[in-house]
Amino acid sequence: MNVTIVDYKSGNISSVINSFKEVAKNKVNIEVTSDLNKIKSSDKIVLPGQGSFKNCIEALKKINGITDTLNEFVINKKKPVLGICVGLQMFADIGYEETKTEGLGWISGNVSKIDNQNGKYKLPHIGWNQIEIVKNSKIFKDIESKSHMYFVHSYEFIPKDKDVISATIEYSSKIVCSVEKGNIYGTQFHPEKSDKLGLKIIENFLKL
Amino acid sequence: MLKNRIIPCLDVKNGRVVKGINFVDLKDAGDPVEQAKIYSDGGADEICFLDITASNENRDTIYDIVEKTSKKCFVPLTVGGGVRSVEDINRLLKCGADKVSINTAAVENPKVVIDSSKKFGSQCVVVAIDAKKKGDKWEVFTHGGRNNSGIDALEYAKQMEENGAGELLVTSMDRDGTQVGYDINLMSKISSEVNIPVIASGGVGNLDHLVDGIKLGNASAVLAASIFHYGKHSIKEAKEYLDSKGIPVRI
Repeated sequence: MNVTIVDYKSGNISSVINSFKEVAKNKVNIEVTSDLNKIKSSDKIVLPGQGSFKNCIEALKKINGITDTLNEFVINKKKPVLGICVGLQMFADIGYEETKTEGLGWISGNVSKIDNQNGKYKLPHIGWNQIEIVKNSKIFKDIESKSHMYFVHSYEFIPKDKDVISATIEYSSKIVCSVEKGNIYGTQFHPEKSDKLGLKIIENFLKL
Repeated sequence: MLKNRIIPCLDVKNGRVVKGINFVDLKDAGDPVEQAKIYSDGGADEICFLDITASNENRDTIYDIVEKTSKKCFVPLTVGGGVRSVEDINRLLKCGADKVSINTAAVENPKVVIDSSKKFGSQCVVVAIDAKKKGDKWEVFTHGGRNNSGIDALEYAKQMEENGAGELLVTSMDRDGTQVGYDINLMSKISSEVNIPVIASGGVGNLDHLVDGIKLGNASAVLAASIFHYGKHSIKEAKEYLDSKGIPVRI
């Protein structure tokens, strides 16, 4: 099996690479590339993302033809994709970080700043929070509700169709932290930094 | 619910841990990679390396350590000490650091914080503030505490938030190494001044000090070095103690 971590030259993806390679051992081939042909021939892709929504989308779109390739992979071929942090946020129609920016539009909804109740809650939301699993998701196999995952973000994905939500967390309000829509998976938290349970989620994705 | 974090800090000099864990079963007591792994297996919420290497020739050792650690520890890794430029930050991140803490360079050249947070995102930019009390204020020191910038720590904290820091690592120089507890006033004043999380550092001597840093100092995370070294307390003990005092921690 070939799994590609899409490297679109934005932010720091070393930890994502290390964690996937750790879980994959030598059984799964992990590629790190923006090469469209390699993406096309992969069985699964991972879309990481750090920094702002706008920067990530802009960096992604700098790669000629990548949105068509990703759309073909995810929407037409329906092969599995895992978005992490801003990678998940980019599934949305629109993001409002810095300025209004169009997303990939795979899961209808938008990405807005977390309401920190006039400074009552710190932003970014950094640290370990307990996820509440609200629907069975394949990537949560053997993961219990209330498990701790590592977060660092100031914006939240608000999907229109609440059925896609697979887990939430409590912070200044209830925040969506994981989605599953058919072959499309995303986590707002960082499985690559969430210790053994995070690695278990990566393993679940690789085993899909 | 978001949990308060406990962050053990390892001082690294010329590639070796200076003050480390004194466990008998350690193959190499001076190996930062092995010690970081013990902490992460023990439940540390993050690992922090502070590179105190003085000479430039040995600076490269930290990159190798970060690279090896990031392949073994799957919790966030923060690296600081001697970070001067956006290029330094880039290199540490490429080696597998998740966050980089910037101290002297943030005072001398605010553009480092502005540019790196734009380029890599605020989530990986930690500004370390070394503060010393003077009258009813605190002043920011640089160069490992040797130079007084004369800058007011509270104003500086606010400025660093505006420049794009994602977190502040606040060390009381008056308390550092004393084991009498954090400077609670400093922590709570800075925490109420900014909206970003504050990591308290400097002065921890017992587990009650960690409780105070969170309850009284309003810190989101507590960093400590010596109480975790030499096996005085384990991360697990610290967490169980905090939990018993009603502080939310990841257990």
